[in-house]
Amino acid sequence: MGALLIRDLRLAIRAGGGFGLGLGFFLILCVLIPLGVGPEAGRLASIAPGILWVGALLACLLSLDRIFALDWDDGSLDLLATAPLPLEAVVAMKALAHWIVTGLPLVIAAPVLGVLLHLPGGAQGWLVVSLAVGTPALSMIGAFGAALTVGLRRGGLLLSLLVLPLYVPTLIFGAEIVRRGADGMAPATPLLLLAGITLGSVALLPFAAAAALRINLR
Amino acid sequence: MLRVQGLCVARGGIAVLEGVEFALEPGQALVLRGPNGCGKTTLLRTLAGLQPPLAGTISVPQDSLAYASHADGLKPMLTVTENLAFWAAVFGTGAAAVAAALDRMNLAPLAARPAQNLSAGQKRRLGLARMLLTGRPVWALDEPTVSLDAASVRLFADMVRAHLHGGGAAVIATHIDLGLSEATVLDLAPFRARAPDQGGRRDAFDEAFA
Repeated sequence: MGALLIRDLRLAIRAGGGFGLGLGFFLILCVLIPLGVGPEAGRLASIAPGILWVGALLACLLSLDRIFALDWDDGSLDLLATAPLPLEAVVAMKALAHWIVTGLPLVIAAPVLGVLLHLPGGAQGWLVVSLAVGTPALSMIGAFGAALTVGLRRGGLLLSLLVLPLYVPTLIFGAEIVRRGADGMAPATPLLLLAGITLGSVALLPFAAAAALRINLR
Repeated sequence: MLRVQGLCVARGGIAVLEGVEFALEPGQALVLRGPNGCGKTTLLRTLAGLQPPLAGTISVPQDSLAYASHADGLKPMLTVTENLAFWAAVFGTGAAAVAAALDRMNLAPLAARPAQNLSAGQKRRLGLARMLLTGRPVWALDEPTVSLDAASVRLFADMVRAHLHGGGAAVIATHIDLGLSEATVLDLAPFRARAPDQGGRRDAFDEAFA
């Protein structure tokens, strides 16, 4: 299992691997929003939690179809399915690799981008916490969507349509944590719900995704 | 070691082969012959467990079959050694096996080369070297000699022969003569399934979506 994680991370870092794609998108979005909306601090501060979370979600979505598509194209998915690794572990490792390559950089870069959007100081910490707790769910749900659409030519559109509704609860609770943090309210309730979504997806979706892959490999 | 009885396999929900029977003992190889589209790949994928058979039984000890498809499953950005080391780690065979496989398929001089810079034949040799790392006794090989030159075909035949002498077995779909004296040839043409409109079988799963 470790070997698969290391291979995927190595592939992501090497040329053409797509490392930094999500982060670059997030960065561009957060730089462009103040230019488009105007530099008024109050207005930016009130939309910042939503913008930051929508940006993180879209950045994550951008690289979802690569989770299984590359392995499908070169035949390694067939070989992995016949290897001693359980397919559930393959899915979990690939989702973890996707999170490390896409979600983790967002968590680390978020405080800097929060400043860019005039996010109040009190909410900075909650932004990092909410992204750290919520982005694993984005990667896991995305891996499930990618498993459903693997093998479809240009399956990206279908993948987005399937995955976006499943992302909505994560987005609502994630942005709510930051908003409450900005308003000085206790964010415990949405934080617990977000953690519940993440833990639930990590526990259940590898099995669903592996079942979808088995059907798509037939 | 591998016993197939009354096997019926389907591609795209339509039966392509039915009533396939054979048995393999250690040290034996079976060469599958048949015209394009007759179901050689589908049969091998079914043996590998990638798809369920429509009917019939495949008895093979658990985790004893290694499958090599048309595609080599190589990562172009990884070097030859990294590609093999990954599969060695997955199958738990270790670094010494990687070095042995490199030597065996004459890939040692290319060990540090990214797989994307290999020729088609070299990629194929790398894909076949993976079989040595699986440590599994039954090999299912799909058109292993595509894009190999005559010398590499001999190299591959030697590899299979050594595997058979070591108590292994192999099912190989190929059109060329590998020069394997241990191999028996199974022509799949007589097992061709009837078309669905002539009473042939259909896969209930795919029919549900038809």
